[in-house]
Amino acid sequence: MNLTFKFVPFNELNGLTSEKKINRLLEFVKKDKIVLLQGRLKPSEEAWLIQKTMEQQAANKGFKGIELFTIPASRNEKIFSQMRAVVARVLLGSRDELTLIGPGTIIKEIKSNPDRSELLTTVRG
Amino acid sequence: MAVFNIFKDLFDKLSALFSAKKDVKLGLYGPPNAGKSTLANRICKDWLGEEMSSVSAVPHETREVVVKEKIEVKSKGKSLSFNLVDTPGIATKIDYEDFLKFKINKDDAKERAKEATKGVIEAIKWLDDMDAVVVVLDSTINPYSQVNITIIGNLAARDIPVMIAANKTDLKKSDIKAIEAAFPQYPVIGMSAEKGINMDEFYDQLFKVVKK
Repeated sequence: MNLTFKFVPFNELNGLTSEKKINRLLEFVKKDKIVLLQGRLKPSEEAWLIQKTMEQQAANKGFKGIELFTIPASRNEKIFSQMRAVVARVLLGSRDELTLIGPGTIIKEIKSNPDRSELLTTVRG
Repeated sequence: MAVFNIFKDLFDKLSALFSAKKDVKLGLYGPPNAGKSTLANRICKDWLGEEMSSVSAVPHETREVVVKEKIEVKSKGKSLSFNLVDTPGIATKIDYEDFLKFKINKDDAKERAKEATKGVIEAIKWLDDMDAVVVVLDSTINPYSQVNITIIGNLAARDIPVMIAANKTDLKKSDIKAIEAAFPQYPVIGMSAEKGINMDEFYDQLFKVVKK
């Protein structure tokens, strides 16, 4: 089984409208690529990504959604504990975090806790 | 004097009308199967004597937003009127095959998955309309999930008051502390909506959150 990762540098999406960002990310995922995005989406863009994913899942039988997780810049910083700081960094355009977005058919689960994140994939023949 | 009383009565009625507080639109949000509808039913049973949503062990039982209006909740001598909004669970992927494990036939499972995708979209669209939100989490499950971050991040970005109901505390695996550690900036109330455990503390906290 081959896993294909697509690294998307911060500058590739910076400056695009939210709609174009989401569409580009979903295009990669629908090609069975696991996207490693430098930085993170705004909360509204994350919600929109989920919304667009659901719309496309309803319209496309082969597409079974996504798995999504943002790995914090520092493990010393608890994932949720500084939401305001996170929102501020998003507004300023942080590139310190890493956002992982992959097809639901390939990524079985993303297990995370304050110390580590684990990516569990589905083995296919 | 009689004319004075008539005018006073009219004035009092008009004052009451214009000073009447609008109902608080309270959303129940969270991932699937966290117990949102069970909590909605508990609240409705406590204050209206009737349930509002169907519940099931199968995920995505609630696939449409359900609203119950004018729920008068009382806590510590105070009273608030809520419009309670029970929303479908938010998920990033929905696979009909997951429903087959619950002995649902393939066609029904596919239909359920299709409806569930629409439910997620509807739940997200309703976010903007909320005055306050209770994020309902299953306290037996690891809270560090992106869906939870996304829900809470969106509520924070919209400046909507939030409290967290750490549900299912009657179960052995329940870990309220994990939820408190994950979301230290939000009030977390451990409770069991099904068993009605800790509801007084829940209502007390709800009033504090709404009054902010």
